[in-house]
Amino acid sequence: MQINMVTALNSALELGMRENENVVLLGEDIGRDGGVFRVTDGLMDKFGEKRVIDTPLAESGIMGTAIGMAIGGLHPVPEAQFAGFMFLGFSQLVNHAARYRSRSRSTIQLPMVVRTPVSGGVRTLEHHSESPETYYAHMGGLIVVEPSTPYDAKGLMIKALRMNDPVIFLEPTKLYRLFKQEVPDEAYEVPIGKASVVREGSALTIVTYGTMVPVVKDVVAKKNLDAEIIDLRTINPLDEDAILASVKKTGRVVIAHEASLSFGVGAEISARIAEKAIFELDAPIVRVGSPSMPYPFPGYEKFYVPNALKVSQAIDKVMEA
Amino acid sequence: MQVFILETSVFSGEVKYLQVIDENGNADPARFPNDIDDAKIAEMYKNMLYARAFDAKVLSLQRQGRAVTYAPLLGEEATQIGSASAMRKDDLFVPAFRQHGVYIVRGIPLEYMFIYWRGYEEGNAYPKNVGGTPIAVPVATQMPHAAGLAFAQRYAGKDAVVVAYVGDGGTSEGDFYEAMNFAGVWRAPLVIIIENNEWAISVPRKNQTASQTLAQKAFAAGIPCVQVDGNDVVAVYKATKEAIENAKYGPTVIECMTYRMGIHTTADDPTKYRPDADVEIWKARDPILRIRKYLEAKGLWNDELDKKTLDEHAKAIDAAVEKAEQFKEDPTVMFKHVYSFVPQVLQNELDDALKNNFWQGEEGGE
Ligand SMILES: Cc1ncc(C[n+]2csc(CCOP(=O)(O)OP(=O)(O)O)c2C)c(N)n1
Ligand SMILES: [Mg+2]
Repeated sequence: MQINMVTALNSALELGMRENENVVLLGEDIGRDGGVFRVTDGLMDKFGEKRVIDTPLAESGIMGTAIGMAIGGLHPVPEAQFAGFMFLGFSQLVNHAARYRSRSRSTIQLPMVVRTPVSGGVRTLEHHSESPETYYAHMGGLIVVEPSTPYDAKGLMIKALRMNDPVIFLEPTKLYRLFKQEVPDEAYEVPIGKASVVREGSALTIVTYGTMVPVVKDVVAKKNLDAEIIDLRTINPLDEDAILASVKKTGRVVIAHEASLSFGVGAEISARIAEKAIFELDAPIVRVGSPSMPYPFPGYEKFYVPNALKVSQAIDKVMEA
Repeated sequence: MQVFILETSVFSGEVKYLQVIDENGNADPARFPNDIDDAKIAEMYKNMLYARAFDAKVLSLQRQGRAVTYAPLLGEEATQIGSASAMRKDDLFVPAFRQHGVYIVRGIPLEYMFIYWRGYEEGNAYPKNVGGTPIAVPVATQMPHAAGLAFAQRYAGKDAVVVAYVGDGGTSEGDFYEAMNFAGVWRAPLVIIIENNEWAISVPRKNQTASQTLAQKAFAAGIPCVQVDGNDVVAVYKATKEAIENAKYGPTVIECMTYRMGIHTTADDPTKYRPDADVEIWKARDPILRIRKYLEAKGLWNDELDKKTLDEHAKAIDAAVEKAEQFKEDPTVMFKHVYSFVPQVLQNELDDALKNNFWQGEEGGE
């Protein structure tokens, strides 16, 4: 069926709940209201208030109780209503979710999927447009995924719900309803830790993920370029092999993400390429990201979020070098 | 269920409820504050009308695409106007995100609010003498700031009091408890207004906490508390005034029982979770209506005065909208307010953006 990312995620959660009776959802406004983006719409009616829990308004409580539920044998799916508010539960995620396995030498495992909408471009208030992937990826111990298509969203969610690790599941708000795609009704997995080559090419490699994927695709199509586009899908653990293989083929690299440039995912990728494939490069690496400052109020976001023109210019720079 | 029946009692608490003017506009003489006259009540009434008119204006601008997502205050005017009207000139306020009425009473030039709701930080750059902090979007995170700000007043030898606002949902956050606890330990000059409007988006008050009242949360921090009719502007005024006077001895928590008569924000659809009939019940308790009745019964108000006031407000609001719409965005400004100086990395990013006109061209834009 042709569905958007919201419907794909809703379907994945429903299938996951049918498959494993220990999967429970918890968060603010996820039940009766169906979530502010309707990702969990209808699930309370289908599974009851015992498994779809409208919690009090407290993110540290949501993340912390989810950890306890996981220790107690459940597979919780806590939601932070927006990534900016997940920071109120940050301590629980980095101090505990990321470390329970290593501190207990795997005698305690935390199967849980932490969902939150991320990134901007949709004119929302302060704290509703954050791209926080680096914070969670930097720590180690937390898997960080970010789909850019309905198909990947569903497959990654199914996979995450079958894993025995805490997965930070980042859902780009802007892509929730941007387009529909053919998605199977039944459960299927998209592997975690594997990037997807969304377009093969030999002129240059563009590594991207999240909101920048459709932007990059458009630019490449318009420029009629033989570019190879890699959608990371999983940010941590990074699919280094896929990136290096492509770089060896093309010798030119652009890395594009919406998060601010400094100390971002692009810096990590660029460093790995420099360490392992610098002699394969025909041009310096170019990164595209937001300026090194907090996400602005909506009036300024069009000057902040990298757009097609910025990507296009970065490609020109790499191709001309 | 009763437990520990035989043990000795070491603590018991009681939460009192205050109402001065009832739904029909009848005042309770025993509870009527002695520092308030009818002129003050009329002024608060006008400010409630002003706040409601402002609210309606932003909503209509939002519908036309001229304002961003907005959280209306409809129904909560008495809580905001009553508490803000009790503040003295140098007192400070710390709002959440719905307290537009407080800004209005404190005298923020309205155009700043319209600039804010157009989506620009410049809306927060209002004159310092307004004495408030900007809107805090992450729920309850402003509360520890309020406790610290109150501490700083005492530290500087000022007698200013901080009045902080938090929603019923906000009282579930750790920051709320931590702020109360710090203020209690420090005996900080802080008044916490819990604007209990019965809803936190789709979650009703009864599912937010098993606690019978929100006010009683203050007991755990050793702070006095009271619950008031949050749709009675005089009761809210009275409770806040007393708390401010008492602030030299420490903080107070005031739970104002009001109701969110409208949507949570312009992005919300309450028909998903709230029967319209519930809203009807609260229409009879409208905070504006009862004061109108009170003033009319005393011969202090009539249709003509009402119309004149509404006209004045409409003019002031339209003028402010016009001013706000003259505001021109300047993206270079973003780079100049990140630190007290512009580091080289940021300067390079700015130079690059300027060289490329912020990538606002054919292929770019939105
Ligand atoms: C920390 C945090 N979590 C979630 C949100 C999303 N959100 C915005 S308002 C709101 C409900 C707030 O309820 P309440 O405190 O009662 O204030 P009200 O909206 O009723 O004024 C929620 C969940 C947020 N802004 N901040
Ligand atoms: Mg509320």
